[in-house]
Amino acid sequence: MNGQALPLKESMLLGLLSLLLFLGLWTVLTVSGIVPRQFLPTPLEVASRFFQLLTSPFAGATLPTHLAASFKRYAYGVLLAAAVGVPLGLLMGWFRLLDDIVTPIFDGLRFIAPIAWVPFAALWFGTGIGGPIMIIFAGAFPPCLINAYRGARFVEPRLIEAAKMLGTNDTRMIMEVLLPAAVPSIIAGLRVSAGLGWQSLVGAELIVAAAGVGFMMVQAQGSVQTATVMTGMIAIGIVGMIIDVLLRQGEGWLRRRRGLEA
Amino acid sequence: MLKALAGGLFLGLAPGRKPAIKVATLAALIGLWFLLTTVTGAVTGGRFPSPAEFWTSLVQINTRGYAGAGLVSHALHSVKLVAMGFLVAIATGVPLGLWMGWSRKVEALVNPVFLIIRPIPPLAWIPLAILWLGLGDAAKIMVIWFSAFVPSVINAFTGVRNIDRPVIEAARMLGTPRWRLISEVIAPAASPMIFTGLRLSLQASWTTLVAAELVGALVGVGFVLNMAQQDIYPGMILVGMLTVGLLGWGTTVLLGMAERRALAWNIAARD
Repeated sequence: MNGQALPLKESMLLGLLSLLLFLGLWTVLTVSGIVPRQFLPTPLEVASRFFQLLTSPFAGATLPTHLAASFKRYAYGVLLAAAVGVPLGLLMGWFRLLDDIVTPIFDGLRFIAPIAWVPFAALWFGTGIGGPIMIIFAGAFPPCLINAYRGARFVEPRLIEAAKMLGTNDTRMIMEVLLPAAVPSIIAGLRVSAGLGWQSLVGAELIVAAAGVGFMMVQAQGSVQTATVMTGMIAIGIVGMIIDVLLRQGEGWLRRRRGLEA
Repeated sequence: MLKALAGGLFLGLAPGRKPAIKVATLAALIGLWFLLTTVTGAVTGGRFPSPAEFWTSLVQINTRGYAGAGLVSHALHSVKLVAMGFLVAIATGVPLGLWMGWSRKVEALVNPVFLIIRPIPPLAWIPLAILWLGLGDAAKIMVIWFSAFVPSVINAFTGVRNIDRPVIEAARMLGTPRWRLISEVIAPAASPMIFTGLRLSLQASWTTLVAAELVGALVGVGFVLNMAQQDIYPGMILVGMLTVGLLGWGTTVLLGMAERRALAWNIAARD
């Protein structure tokens, strides 16, 4: 292994080189006609389509409107997953019987890919907002539960013993001992959930929705508008990245506040 | 994040727990299912199938077939696609990750492109894959490859970067030739992390396959789900879902067996 990190200048130079190679190869392939434009537009065409869609509608709405519709579903689904998963995880971390009952069910369901809930989601909650929310929930729920559970289970036994000795009841034990101790683990779980939820949103919208970025992409695919499909991919990537960066910052801030290493 | 994910795939504290509670839970669940659907009719057949309806669907797909084929051929087709996409992803992703871990230059060269492509969820490639390759197997293998590729690369890369430097320096000092250094030091030392990546890759492969088959396919478990949804056939939806779960479980167990075999030295050392 070539030990030390490269000097910053060299690594920036190499990075720039690789990006230029990437865009260059793409341009050469498309402009020369080796790959038909219909299937792979030039980078410039995709960029101009992106900016065009910011103001002119496709599949019933402009890109920002589609994104807003997607984000609303996403926020509902992830918040619901956190609101159910975190308390349940904490309760399971304290009450052994609940743990014994829920764990086998949960471990069994984990093998079913969240996206396989699509047909039931559509049947139970329709394809408007309810169905997609359920699929996002299915994707985002497990890490919420697992991390809250682990956080609660691996609290220092001394803390629990001390609280018990002082006659703390169950409610206060969970709210004032387990919850605060599990916060770092819970936050880490929420970040994973946010990522998986975003992934599930895309899947849900490709299949069942009637609005949103995923819907826009499927419509564009149907009419062979490759530049629009790629615009959707870029928009999804950018929003996903922003969500991840914000959550990372939040996690780092919280860890620093609690005197943990960031 | 990936490490946290892999560790958290299962609650993990279950072994050693009284199996009686497990069995009782399962029995209670089935009893509840029976009670809600058949006995009281609180949940109607249009929402969720009764045990009898589920059984009828299972018999139907196995004897007369559904969505153009029997359950076994749908399942085998899906397994085949997952296996192919997964293997291509490993064969490309793990070497790339090892190489990036080995050489800072390669890392600097590949990382920027990787950083651009990575935030795009694998499922978002499905429409493009269909445009490029149609509704057949090739498009599915492409998206599975994409989804399984990223965890393979990242974990192989991390695995190499986490190797203790003295180990490599010792091997070098003893004059180990480069290829033996890679095959006998680097790859084995990184292999626990590599397998963590493979587990994530496998899970991602199944999610992607099911999504891709739901969006457009002519055969496969996702296609069964899709047809059952359109026919509003809850019994068959349940059959499809349980098949997806069973296949996911089966392939995970197989991978676990491969891991135990490949890492026997490491597991023995840990114990």
